[in-house]
Amino acid sequence: MVRWIRRNLVVLAGLLTLAYLVLPNVIVMVFSFNKPAGRFNYTWREFSTDAWRDPCGVADLCGSLTLSLQIAAWATLGATVLGTMIAFALVRYRFRARGAVNSLIFLPMSMPEVVMAASLLTLFLNMGAELGFWTVLIAHIMFCLSFVVVAVKARVMSMDPRLEEAARDLYAGPAQTFLRVTLPIAAPGIAAGALLAFALSFDDFIITNFNAGSTVTFPMFVWGSAQRGTPVQINVIGTAMFVIAVLVVVAGQVAAGRRKRDTVR
Amino acid sequence: MTDTNTGGDVRLTGISKTYGSFTAVHPLDLTVPQGSFFALLGASGCGKTTTLRMIAGLEEPTTGTVFLGDKDVTDLPPYKRPVNTVFQSYALFPHLDIHENVAFGLRRRGVRSVEKQVGEMLDLVQLGDYARRKPHQLSGGQQQRVAVARALINHPQVLLLDEPLGALDLKLRRQMQLELKRIQTEVGITFIHVTHDQEEAMTMADTVAVMNGGRVEQLGAPAELYENPRTTFVANFLGTSNLIEAAVAEGRGAASDIVVTAGGGTLRLPADRCGAPTTTGGKLLVGVRPEKISLVHADDAGAIAAGRNQVTGRIVDTSFFGVSTQYVIDSPAGSGLQVYEQNIERDSRLAPGAEVVLHWNPAHTFGLDAAQDIQAGVETVEDAT
Repeated sequence: MVRWIRRNLVVLAGLLTLAYLVLPNVIVMVFSFNKPAGRFNYTWREFSTDAWRDPCGVADLCGSLTLSLQIAAWATLGATVLGTMIAFALVRYRFRARGAVNSLIFLPMSMPEVVMAASLLTLFLNMGAELGFWTVLIAHIMFCLSFVVVAVKARVMSMDPRLEEAARDLYAGPAQTFLRVTLPIAAPGIAAGALLAFALSFDDFIITNFNAGSTVTFPMFVWGSAQRGTPVQINVIGTAMFVIAVLVVVAGQVAAGRRKRDTVR
Repeated sequence: MTDTNTGGDVRLTGISKTYGSFTAVHPLDLTVPQGSFFALLGASGCGKTTTLRMIAGLEEPTTGTVFLGDKDVTDLPPYKRPVNTVFQSYALFPHLDIHENVAFGLRRRGVRSVEKQVGEMLDLVQLGDYARRKPHQLSGGQQQRVAVARALINHPQVLLLDEPLGALDLKLRRQMQLELKRIQTEVGITFIHVTHDQEEAMTMADTVAVMNGGRVEQLGAPAELYENPRTTFVANFLGTSNLIEAAVAEGRGAASDIVVTAGGGTLRLPADRCGAPTTTGGKLLVGVRPEKISLVHADDAGAIAAGRNQVTGRIVDTSFFGVSTQYVIDSPAGSGLQVYEQNIERDSRLAPGAEVVLHWNPAHTFGLDAAQDIQAGVETVEDAT
């Protein structure tokens, strides 16, 4: 028995870690099929697909979800475009204050979020900005930016500068070189940055809560409803997001695997 | 470019490159005849790659002009020059398959149907079956051939090769040397090849320019450079040379030979193989290649034919190479002299410690200016990596 444990220790540790990671998600999924007695979805009563058949059955839930998805999409777009340009500028060009920009870009990552949130509110109020969709979007782009810069910068730095020279040597002008060689090679880094930005923006609560005014995003909705009761529909939305994310990853891997098989044969 | 493949010579006039206070290439004039296989040879940091990159347009010359035929291309960006490059470590586009890598130049120039040309080019480099693979799925030698195909498909006036074989192992390198030579003969395009490997330069090129410290030391056909080096750098960098410090006894006069004394003996060399001044009593470096020297045991010294240059010494080391044996000999004329003897009839007395006489035909001797560093261009172990 002792020998068996010793031999399989790594596997056991792996399985335990996996369970640690997966268990909370499983709880979310299981309780999306619950039929709670009262307002709170905290104890298991009986199996039901009611919530799945009527995911928008709770007032304002789907409205807040749509808003969150919209903000996440725009924040991702903004942060990815700006962040990619910053990353290229930092790696490729020598300019004044480059070192300062290089370290300042990490500020939003290291600043305590709640402090950042309160300060942003101060800033917006002093500027006389109306709190709502736009203030939330500006804040989200700001804190997503540094993550995109880090992801893209790593990719651009590891890129062989001779690839672009080769493109120029092969009759590609500056624009063609960027579109045909630089961008495709940097794409994995940009995609990673974009995914990160989307995830961060979608479930951000603290900064959003401070700066949203009367608009309500999905995380704010969940927080607000938790005071009075937790509808099962929240679990349904969470499960759906989880499943979609997993499907995207699996589809990506299958596609990559097939491409590899095709070419190797 | 495809249709006007009349080429012309590559002419560099007064071209130089400085980075801040560092001069990578001193003002340089160089003409590469159309259709030739030209090698720029030198150790790393000698300016050969910078020179190549200025021809490609990837580096802007500080002074001077680059001509392709009669056309001044100095101010043209690389994508407007009818010149293509095979990069060191190939620089294949990792996100494109082999077919698209090779088609890249054609597509950028707006060529519509590339299939036929790409197919033919891949067949030329024997990679027809690999068209749909990605570069990382190919071996080093295959990647190298893709890089050549990707450049050649554009029918450039000049093909530039930047250490193209540097990443390959020795056997593959030999094979690719012959392969490149074959391709060059077949397509007739001017090849300018940058390398630090003197053997590679001599095997492949019609003309070799030996570069050192941002300058061309000597330029000529491989055999010419090897037999008649004009500087100690060329003498040592191209193959191995025995350089002996000598004093001039009889300078250039009525006789066609120069007579010098070294280590107590006299040596002769043809006056036309010495570019240095020879005033009587002045110093001179006398050189001879290791394979030109014959070696006999001191007991048989009487059998040496008259009129040959002779140096006595003692063997300090021998290495057996199969086809030949290398002897290292210390003599009054100089220490560490090298001799390569064919292993035809091996004399078992020629072992370390044996007293020997080195002798060679005076016609194989060359003279160099003694004001130079005698060790210039000697490859040390660190350099050889």
